[in-house]
Amino acid sequence: MNDLMSVVDWSRAQFALTAMYHWLFVPLTIGLSLIVAIMETIYVRTGDAKWKGITKFWMTLFGINFACGVATGIILEFEFGTNWSNYSWFVGDIFGAPLAIEGILAFFMEATFVAVMFFGWKKVSKGFHLASTWLTALGVSLSALWILIANAWMQNPVGMRFDPSQMRNVMDNFWEVAFNSVAMNKFFHAVTSGWVLAAVFVVGVSSWLLWRKSNVEAAKKSMKVASWVGLAGAVLVAWTGDGSAVEVARVQPMKLAAMEGLYNGAKGQSLVALGVVNADKRPGDTQPEMHFSIDIPYGLSILATHDPNAFVPGINDLIDGIEINAAGDTVNTVSYAERIALGKKAQDALRAYGVAEKAGDTEAMAAAQADIDANFKYFGYGYLSSPEDAVPNVPLTFYSFRIMVMTGGYLLLLFIVLLFVSYRKTSVLEKGWLHWVGILSIPVVWICSQSGWIVAEAGRQPWVIQDLLPTGAAISDIPAGSVATTFWIFAVLFTLLLFAEISIMIRFISKSTGSDIESAK
Amino acid sequence: MKIKDSAYKVWRFYVDGFRGMTVGRSLWLLILAKLAIFFLILKLFFFPNLLERDYDNDADRARAVRENLTR
Repeated sequence: MNDLMSVVDWSRAQFALTAMYHWLFVPLTIGLSLIVAIMETIYVRTGDAKWKGITKFWMTLFGINFACGVATGIILEFEFGTNWSNYSWFVGDIFGAPLAIEGILAFFMEATFVAVMFFGWKKVSKGFHLASTWLTALGVSLSALWILIANAWMQNPVGMRFDPSQMRNVMDNFWEVAFNSVAMNKFFHAVTSGWVLAAVFVVGVSSWLLWRKSNVEAAKKSMKVASWVGLAGAVLVAWTGDGSAVEVARVQPMKLAAMEGLYNGAKGQSLVALGVVNADKRPGDTQPEMHFSIDIPYGLSILATHDPNAFVPGINDLIDGIEINAAGDTVNTVSYAERIALGKKAQDALRAYGVAEKAGDTEAMAAAQADIDANFKYFGYGYLSSPEDAVPNVPLTFYSFRIMVMTGGYLLLLFIVLLFVSYRKTSVLEKGWLHWVGILSIPVVWICSQSGWIVAEAGRQPWVIQDLLPTGAAISDIPAGSVATTFWIFAVLFTLLLFAEISIMIRFISKSTGSDIESAK
Repeated sequence: MKIKDSAYKVWRFYVDGFRGMTVGRSLWLLILAKLAIFFLILKLFFFPNLLERDYDNDADRARAVRENLTR
């Protein structure tokens, strides 16, 4: 198998595995911290001790998830230094600064306020405890912010210049990096998706309690809070998702074309609501794009530009250099074949810079630097053999996007139904089928969440940094076998960790069915 | 004196908190085991920072990356 899979494939598989496992824990931490803070606020405002018991129940589940998830992201940083050494050097302080801020912020905020949350019930005032719970919720979201700023820079590299002497991208505008439009959309999209995920988790566990006829009132109260959070989250996810689509159309049009399986764009472009993509189709051939599809007229033009008549370029158009600009107008830019030539020119200049530096020839260095600067925006294209290499895996991106949207739509509907029955048809809350809908929605929300990241990350291939560095050039020169070994170590380790989390949670919830959650002191 | 009292209070806060844990005990064991595996095994034996390990200074590291990216 090692012969078949190169070091690039193993490194990508390992990074995907660890990132996806990490993302099992993170959104639940983000969303559950908010739900717990809202529950405690109700307790403090009403003085009803039952809400204190409910808060403590969900806070314990938050703690279990927090403990299982903490430090799982560190593994990704290990991988940067070993598997992706060219990349981690090339990104320079742009990646280092946000990650350092995240580390310091997370340590101080979480070490202080999480401790007060768990240890401080009888030690600090109600108000201080509540403030700590809210600050924990804020802290976990802020941690996510810095990670997402770093990720967004890879999707839309801004606020830097390339220094060939250091071989690094040097940050020359911190605010441009921090307020990268991709980062802002990504942050709110990811955080609000965490609210949805945690809301479904609370609905699912509450449904299980209702099905067992245990702690019925606590379960109904929890379900109500979670449904409001879930509804707010789902609406905001849809809104920020719309913003993300506009950004993707602007800065990563190839990803958008892959999400739609679109090869030849048109004005008033329809959106594929349901379809079977032709996996054998290649750029430039005459095969059909879809085996079957149900389309929404003008849908993609509206999604990408908010203009029903706008042109949306497909894969073939982009390869030919036809794009849309920030105003939504069709423009002829540089074709991918030309970009490859310009990228190679930038690389030749970089090579010449190295030779000149060694010889101490400052004049030649300056000339090479000028050539690098002129063509640097196409630097990464120089590694591609043909324009087709710039096309991501279309079926994977296409189906992941639809799974994300459809499961997201289902969850929005679920929260509306739950709120309706919670206020208007309370007898339905006793129905076994509703309980099972709630319980079975737990895996659905995780599938939805992971699909979103597959769209974002698989859809931007072959780039590890958009247009500047392809995945194949970013890796270290190490044997594929050693990456394969650590891949399997991680697969076993993280699976054990997941089982530990699930079993500790199940044990805690089962124990709680035999006691009165609301009477916890 | 006030600083000393405050520091003692914070110390007692954490000590009492850790002593009073129920589910937290197994969670801390899990965290410590995880950190030990990550840092004492994986980081030490499987995940060296290659550029830090193989080169003495940033200039050499930059040269190595330039060669990797332009060959």
